[in-house]
Amino acid sequence: MSNLLNYAIPGIPFGCIYALVAVGLVLTYRSSGVFNLAFGAQAYISAAVFYDTAGTHHWPTWAAFVVAVFVVGPAVGFVFDRAIFRYLRTASATVKLVAALGLLVGLPALIQAAWFGTKAKLRPPAVGPTPEHFYRWLSYGIDSNQVAVVVATVLVVVGLGFLFRSTAFGLRMRAVVESPRLLQLNGVNAERVATSAWVLSSVLAALAGVLLAPLYARVDSTNFTVLMVAAIAAAVFGRLRSLPLTLLGGIVLGVGQEVLTKYLPLGNLLVKGFRPSVPFILLFALLLFWPGLRKPDVTDPLAGVNPPPPPLAASLRDERLERLNRVMFPTFIVVFLAASLFALPSFWLFLVTQAIVMSVIFLSYTVIVGMAGQISLCQATFAGVGAFTTAQLATNHGVPVLIAMVAGALVAALVGVVVALPALRLGGLYLALATFAFALMVDNLVFPQTWAGNGQTGVSVPRPQLGPVDFTANRAFFLLALAVFAVSAFAVIFVRRGTTGQRLAAIRGSEVAAETIGIDPKRAKIVAFALSAALAGLGGALLASLQGTVSSDSFNYFYSLFWLVLVVTTGVRTVEGAVNAGFALVFVPELLHHLPGRWANLEFVLFGFGAINYAKHPEGAVEFGKRRSIERVVNWNKRREQRRPSPPGSVPPAPDEQREEVRA
Amino acid sequence: MTLLEAVGISKRFGGVTALHDMSIDVEEGEAVGLVGPNGAGKTTFFNCLLGLLHPDAGRVTFKGVDISGQPIHKRARLGIGRTFQRVELFSGLTVAEHLLIAERARQGRGGLLSDLLGGGRPTVDERTRVAEIVDLVGLAGAADVPVEALSLGHARLVELGRALITEPDLLLLDEPSSGLDRVESLALAGVLRTTQERKGTAVLLVEHDLEMVQRVVNRLFVVDSGAVLAAGPCLEVLGDERVRRAYLGRGVA
Ligand SMILES: Nc1ncnc2c1ncn2[C@@H]1O[C@H](COP(=O)(O)OP(=O)(O)O)[C@@H](O)[C@H]1O
Ligand SMILES: [Mg+2]
Repeated sequence: MSNLLNYAIPGIPFGCIYALVAVGLVLTYRSSGVFNLAFGAQAYISAAVFYDTAGTHHWPTWAAFVVAVFVVGPAVGFVFDRAIFRYLRTASATVKLVAALGLLVGLPALIQAAWFGTKAKLRPPAVGPTPEHFYRWLSYGIDSNQVAVVVATVLVVVGLGFLFRSTAFGLRMRAVVESPRLLQLNGVNAERVATSAWVLSSVLAALAGVLLAPLYARVDSTNFTVLMVAAIAAAVFGRLRSLPLTLLGGIVLGVGQEVLTKYLPLGNLLVKGFRPSVPFILLFALLLFWPGLRKPDVTDPLAGVNPPPPPLAASLRDERLERLNRVMFPTFIVVFLAASLFALPSFWLFLVTQAIVMSVIFLSYTVIVGMAGQISLCQATFAGVGAFTTAQLATNHGVPVLIAMVAGALVAALVGVVVALPALRLGGLYLALATFAFALMVDNLVFPQTWAGNGQTGVSVPRPQLGPVDFTANRAFFLLALAVFAVSAFAVIFVRRGTTGQRLAAIRGSEVAAETIGIDPKRAKIVAFALSAALAGLGGALLASLQGTVSSDSFNYFYSLFWLVLVVTTGVRTVEGAVNAGFALVFVPELLHHLPGRWANLEFVLFGFGAINYAKHPEGAVEFGKRRSIERVVNWNKRREQRRPSPPGSVPPAPDEQREEVRA
Repeated sequence: MTLLEAVGISKRFGGVTALHDMSIDVEEGEAVGLVGPNGAGKTTFFNCLLGLLHPDAGRVTFKGVDISGQPIHKRARLGIGRTFQRVELFSGLTVAEHLLIAERARQGRGGLLSDLLGGGRPTVDERTRVAEIVDLVGLAGAADVPVEALSLGHARLVELGRALITEPDLLLLDEPSSGLDRVESLALAGVLRTTQERKGTAVLLVEHDLEMVQRVVNRLFVVDSGAVLAAGPCLEVLGDERVRRAYLGRGVA
């Protein structure tokens, strides 16, 4: 008993912090419909500010605390809402989620680039009194910092309780949490409530960030991801609705995590992975089994009605341009091939090959996000499954590499189906969360195992050999990658044009309407998920073979997030978008690494913030930019021609008109 | 023979009782009307029939099979089609594409494999069917127009065509004439009559336009506050004193 309490007590402060963040999550989710995955990033900002002011510049603790929590915190929430999420109020859940993801990827990198640096900062200043006090009571101990966390949380809870119960503003906020639409219909200023919710929840995030860092004894952005997942689990426990349940969930999780890991045997690799992944496993399990989450009947007449996605920019149909394109495209391909094969030095050829391989992986986003409209946050995990399956089969079981690659793709597809099957029951947001939890779980529990990815040591994958053709040479492998990409691209195009693609398009347009003509949306989405996972797995296998060896680091959960925002920025609707993403992934860092060290992660900032434009440009910001510049050129050309009224007969008519005349 | 039978359907939304022990039946090939003031629960009832909502009590039988527990798409495949009061179209797709998708859903044809082998193009058969329905609902000029560009009236016709091409045995129509002008309404009534007569499609029509109702239906249910107030042959019911007081007396056309 005393042992149990001894283990439980250090868990309480963690639980308090999870609870704070979770309450903030629920507040913003209910009031603005945004499931703010960037919460962890917000916490990181304030932790960084606190570290910088109190630690580096030796401000008094209270001043640093006020600035980090009550100035920077609310300011960030206010800016988020006014600059971004205000415009997404009526956007679909997917669009909102992508925007939040963009921030999650871009924001920490921006902070690091701007002043904080990429290294984790050790020994952050504590909020509690320094030097630390250590309180004892019987055989239980707790230090002053932990006490500070608990006290802060109790104060916040009492404050929130007062706000919600006894003020008019709190009443309105509670009404929003109960039924966002009702409030809008009643004409209360839902805008103001939503903004206030953002500000309030951002203060909570800031507080959590400042309190959390000393518990880990470091300021490190990855800790805030764990914090996020734990908070999400707590929020899910509260069914994304009930604040008291959410609070309880957070505390139970914090305590449970400490107690559970203390009772596990040490030293085992599985247990080592298990320790940090308790929140992930719990989130995954909650999503699948928590009865409160069963999709309820829609009780809000408008709740199920997702506004239609914004129309795509009208694709320009200019006769001459299309003719030009028909000539240009093959020319481009031939020149590209010739240059790659005969002119590029080996290092650059390797990079180009890598870009093509990545394009295969990115096609998986074209399928799942572009066609099915679903957010998957474990595409890198699927790629890893493909890669490691190939490696194990080829290296340890003597299977020919090409066959092993196909097997890798198939296994990835299978895993995809197994993940999607239960999660799809609950709808888009939960699918995203479940895939996120799944990615983190696999990262910690599966990929480190020797039979899978063998941790950071990794596994080796030979280059394939097909009869007399040996793909060991970089040129040969380049051609192989190109062939695989071509097959994948055509597969995607065929599927998009075919019945499957049409069904998915219908479901994206209106899921209920699709169902009422007899389409089973779950099945269609699972097919999309399987295809997408297979493509990711195939790409992963190819990547492994290209590099010769891969470790679990190559398929870290963070890549799933980063790749998503990258493809969304370059264009998630087209094959071209996937290719652009592949080349951007490989060559942008190549350009950026000439910059000084802390700017090294600038690509995260670029593409993270690029993805926020998804709402305005669902075809991709890069794709949009391209179309617009083409349009400009065409218009400019037209105007130039109009300005020059040619005397009859002096200018030869365009070939088309010529033909018309002949026929006439 | 009875095609559809709904018995004792009740549905509450929090404190609001939208349906209270509502029962109706539709014979094969019959056209039945469902009228009542706004908020009477007609749309909710449709949603319960098709499984968009799950009633708190009651049972729905279609072609003698209890379908109460089945998902929407299964009920649709059994032969129930519908249109929506708030138009639900597949944004971004053209009129013809809407119909093609529905036609393929009816056939249950085509999967990932056939797509991968390049079998995604519409067959001659499919194209004729689509053209037929486009003509039937009177959208011949607009087949290749993206649906966002259509007027509300035309959008309703697309919904009708999308439902018709799946060849339902029962067609649920939720206020199909709202947003249509008089000429369009008359044409719509004509289309409904022809389908009913030629194909033997039963129709359950929710409608405020009583002229349209009288043109299309033989039998009428009047609902008020989530329950059936009166039922019977069209003219008889509309002459009923209670109905006049409860419904027409309120000044609803
Ligand atoms: N999703 C819902 N949530 C809460 N109340 C609803 C919902 N749908 C309908 N209602 C209520 O149920 C009643 C019946 O509505 P409805 O079926 O739309 O009526 P009708 O179609 O006959 O005009 C109304 O009082 C309406 O406010
Ligand atoms: Mg209605």
